[in-house]
Amino acid sequence: MNDPAIDTIWVYLSASPLLGLTITLVAYSIGYKIYAMADHNPLLNPVVSAVAILIGFLLLTGISYDAYFEGGQFVHFLLGPATVALAIPLYQQLSRLKKLWLPITVTLVSGVVIGAATSVGIARLLGASVQTQLSIAPKSVTTPVAMGISEQIGGLPSLTVALVVVTGIIGAVIGTRLFALMGIEDDSIKGVAMGISAHGVGTARAFQVSSQMGAFSGLAMALTAFAAAVILPWFLRIIGMIG
Amino acid sequence: MNFINGITILLIYQLAGEITALLLRIPVPGPVLGMIMLFFTLVARRRSAQSLELASNSLLSHLALLFVPAGVGIIVHFERIVEEWFPLTVALLASTVITMIATAAIMLGSIRLLAHGDSRDE
Repeated sequence: MNDPAIDTIWVYLSASPLLGLTITLVAYSIGYKIYAMADHNPLLNPVVSAVAILIGFLLLTGISYDAYFEGGQFVHFLLGPATVALAIPLYQQLSRLKKLWLPITVTLVSGVVIGAATSVGIARLLGASVQTQLSIAPKSVTTPVAMGISEQIGGLPSLTVALVVVTGIIGAVIGTRLFALMGIEDDSIKGVAMGISAHGVGTARAFQVSSQMGAFSGLAMALTAFAAAVILPWFLRIIGMIG
Repeated sequence: MNFINGITILLIYQLAGEITALLLRIPVPGPVLGMIMLFFTLVARRRSAQSLELASNSLLSHLALLFVPAGVGIIVHFERIVEEWFPLTVALLASTVITMIATAAIMLGSIRLLAHGDSRDE
């Protein structure tokens, strides 16, 4: 970059939100294309490819994360309204919800506690730092809510996001195999287990199996978001992780 | 205009959720409270609105895109992940498998218990 004109343009672009916003959308489009070409293989989740492309780009150009986020925040902001929007699919499942509310509630509450207890417990046993343990606690909760919980309990929201996405991919890859091993055929049961354990990424996988499994997974994901936001801070206080 | 109306409703509920969380000092993220408020509004009205469904569908069908900027933030925690990759990997894998098996088993068990109660009632 010896040409002064290019230098000037670069200085302008790297400081402008336009670049961060544009490369976010470009990276996601590429990630989505790879995902579609690989026949929606959960291992090639578009988030993973997009994040990898963007990290590569930032490392190559030397743009800091803060400078990138000036543009990325416009996409990031939409997580708030997207969380509120979960109320609509939840409402559309109202009749099923009324029928199965008791088993779902029991499963939900135990699932949130089991997910947090096992992840925090194993991480602590293997010597992870306290902040990492706190960041891993909401790993099964859908991203926008997981970030909010992580921030509240003293974890690192951006680390939590990465752990949430990885958890979703693990769940999407192993879920259907586990249910087959357990001999479970009821799609509503499979869906609820998937939504509680592997949030949105698992829900996308559930929709590939059947629309009933997808609907129940989406329902469980939305309810888990609420249950976890209420239960997790309280649970971590009881086991003495936070004051 | 429909899409704008839908987004506006979502933002109003988010705002109401954030304000409620701050005022009542509830340890729940504002958007989650907004989601609950909107859910109960829909239950009370007994119907959803087309504009809301439009906005909700467009946001939720691209939910994955929305976590990309935050995911890139992993770059800031690169050292921590290299240092703690082993506990992180084992904890994520084992915990996800355990949670999945446990929730499927609990759901199966509680449906059976409930179905048993129903047949007794009949």
